[in-house]
Amino acid sequence: MALLEIKNLHVSVGDREILKGINLSLNGGEVHAVMGPNGTGKSTLSNVIAGRAGYDVTQGEVLLDGKDVFAMAADERARAGIFLAFQYPVEIPGVSTSSFLKTAINAKRRAAGQKEIDAMEFLKLVKAKTKALGMADDMIKRPLNVGFSGGEKKRAEVLQMTLLEPRVAILDETDSGLDIDALKVVSDGVNALRREDRAFLVITHYQRLLDYIVPDHVHVLVNGRIAASGGKELALELEAEGYAKYQGAAA
Amino acid sequence: MAVTRETAATVRDIEQYKYGFVTDIESDMAPKGLNEDTIRFISAKKNEPDWMLESRLKAYRHWLTLADEEPTWAKLHYPKINYQDSYYYAAPKQAKLASLDEVDPKLLETYKKLGIPLLEQQMLAGVAVDAVFDSVSVATTYKKKLQEMGVIFSPISEAVHKHPDLVKKYLGSVVPYTDNFFATLNAAVFTDGSFVYIPKGLRCPMELSTYFRINEKNTGQFERTLIIADEGSYVSYLEGCTAPQRDENQLHAAVVELIALDDAEIKYSTVQNWFPGDADGKGGIYNFVTKRAACRGRNSKVMWTQVETGSAITWKYPSCILQGDNSSGEFYSVAITNNHQQADTGTKMIHLGKNTRSKIISKGISAGHADNTYRGLVRIGAKADGARNYTQCDSLLIGSTCGAHTVPYIETRNPTARTEHEATTSKISEDQLFYCMQRGMTQEEAVSLIVNGFCKEVLQTLPMEFAVEAQKLVGISLEGSVG
Repeated sequence: MALLEIKNLHVSVGDREILKGINLSLNGGEVHAVMGPNGTGKSTLSNVIAGRAGYDVTQGEVLLDGKDVFAMAADERARAGIFLAFQYPVEIPGVSTSSFLKTAINAKRRAAGQKEIDAMEFLKLVKAKTKALGMADDMIKRPLNVGFSGGEKKRAEVLQMTLLEPRVAILDETDSGLDIDALKVVSDGVNALRREDRAFLVITHYQRLLDYIVPDHVHVLVNGRIAASGGKELALELEAEGYAKYQGAAA
Repeated sequence: MAVTRETAATVRDIEQYKYGFVTDIESDMAPKGLNEDTIRFISAKKNEPDWMLESRLKAYRHWLTLADEEPTWAKLHYPKINYQDSYYYAAPKQAKLASLDEVDPKLLETYKKLGIPLLEQQMLAGVAVDAVFDSVSVATTYKKKLQEMGVIFSPISEAVHKHPDLVKKYLGSVVPYTDNFFATLNAAVFTDGSFVYIPKGLRCPMELSTYFRINEKNTGQFERTLIIADEGSYVSYLEGCTAPQRDENQLHAAVVELIALDDAEIKYSTVQNWFPGDADGKGGIYNFVTKRAACRGRNSKVMWTQVETGSAITWKYPSCILQGDNSSGEFYSVAITNNHQQADTGTKMIHLGKNTRSKIISKGISAGHADNTYRGLVRIGAKADGARNYTQCDSLLIGSTCGAHTVPYIETRNPTARTEHEATTSKISEDQLFYCMQRGMTQEEAVSLIVNGFCKEVLQTLPMEFAVEAQKLVGISLEGSVG
């Protein structure tokens, strides 16, 4: 059984159909990249899986370990192991990064019937992980994402991913707004999380990110449909030739 | 299914206001209604000296002339209060106590349920507590230890007997009996409250706190608190309030007076959690309170912190009169209104002395069908050279059926004064909620986290022991406010 199974997924916003029958199957240990031009439904796909409001699923299903994801609220999905690294991480004024992280970790622990994380254990854990991500020590004292640079925001996303240990991690345009050094650090962070029982869905506009996070499968999303699938070489081909030929085919 | 949901909702309602229980205890009560006999009854119950009775009667006679002056300027809507339909005195029936060990076990149990242990062996370390139940103080902890340091911390009814000079000198000196409708009423019928005197040069090493509990039905609570910090002294005082869940509205009209002499500092924190009424706006406390501090001395300082989560109606403006040169006043407020609660609250900073400073940080959170108004006055007198004020008012809205209003008044009569006012209004965004929930938090955890972040500046001014409790309270008050 695949870890995450997307079957014939149709999604509308208002009267407009954005996703028109997506099929994807992610096994543990795999990295899948979804590439495509702007406005083609990439973010819709990640938002619908994570449970953001405002989207109508008109057909199809998404299964996590065989369980119906759409029967769960957004927070239940998160606790079941779906993690979305946001393209635009949200500012939470007045809430320090550390207390946010702790609340999130404890929400997951409570749901799993475990006891809350001990304050010392938490600090030790966070310190080790922030160091690995090249983050300043005092960053976890700052309010979450408030005044963070683009690079800091994305690092904070990867930090959260690291601490929450998801089953399926979705990276929504994680490369946007990153310079090459930050891109490398963030990618290293993600690569360190690759495991046999974890899958990644990497959504990106550019091939650049895939030089660092090397995918097992690449899918081309155009006009709400998967127009082509292939190995990592497909990404290079898209970089060279653009999406034009798929856009023609899909139209 | 529907039944299950209903049960779940009921359980949640009960949990939401966990202080809503009633203590079954026999009470000694004044006859219903208000007249001179009621006042004589209260005064006799307290075995008061004549001067106290006279001052009550003077206030009552004045109050009778104010029938048309019940304040209506606040943005609050409630049916006219019938002052004859209430009891003005209720006290647990019990003989005079020699020690805490003699307190009725039912009362001890009540305070234990509220999280306030009164017995010697369970006392909160570093916090002395005065427990006021309906109209009387039932227990004061750490009394002896405080006495040794020269601190007076006692029920005000006791101070009238034991420290008449201090009471005569200061009671009504900050809030005179003619001050306003509710303060006048309080001056006539107040029953108990706390009296604090900190001697010269002493930094009181303990938090002093009073827990007010309304238990009886149809009873008003009119407490009176008087705190005097003598030269160079410091005290941190905290008050908490709860009441049973009842269908009818109950009146609470307190007066608090603070006096800070030269170089003295008073920190006064309130966690107000009177019963707010149910989700449909039925029941709840009407909270009409006059709180005022006089910074009489040079370099004196008063800091008000309030976390207002309870009451159906809150009408409250803890203020500072900055008389002494270089004196300063600070006001930190979190006011949360949910369902049908209404709050009209803020402060007055009256700058009279030179180089006086004031700071106002107000955080209003409104959810459900609630209305939340910040109303504040900054007045700078002609002689207050170099006075400065900074005001920041932030409002947070949850949902689309609530209201937030900011009404700042600034009056400056001195050209050297500087005042600043900043205000923001924001909503908890869908994006913030989704972001938190995507990290596994329930919607209620997410709201609590976001709101606590919004209030952080204020909550961190609370004494450590109470900050955690206040944070939880912020979350609980807003349960069910989204979705």
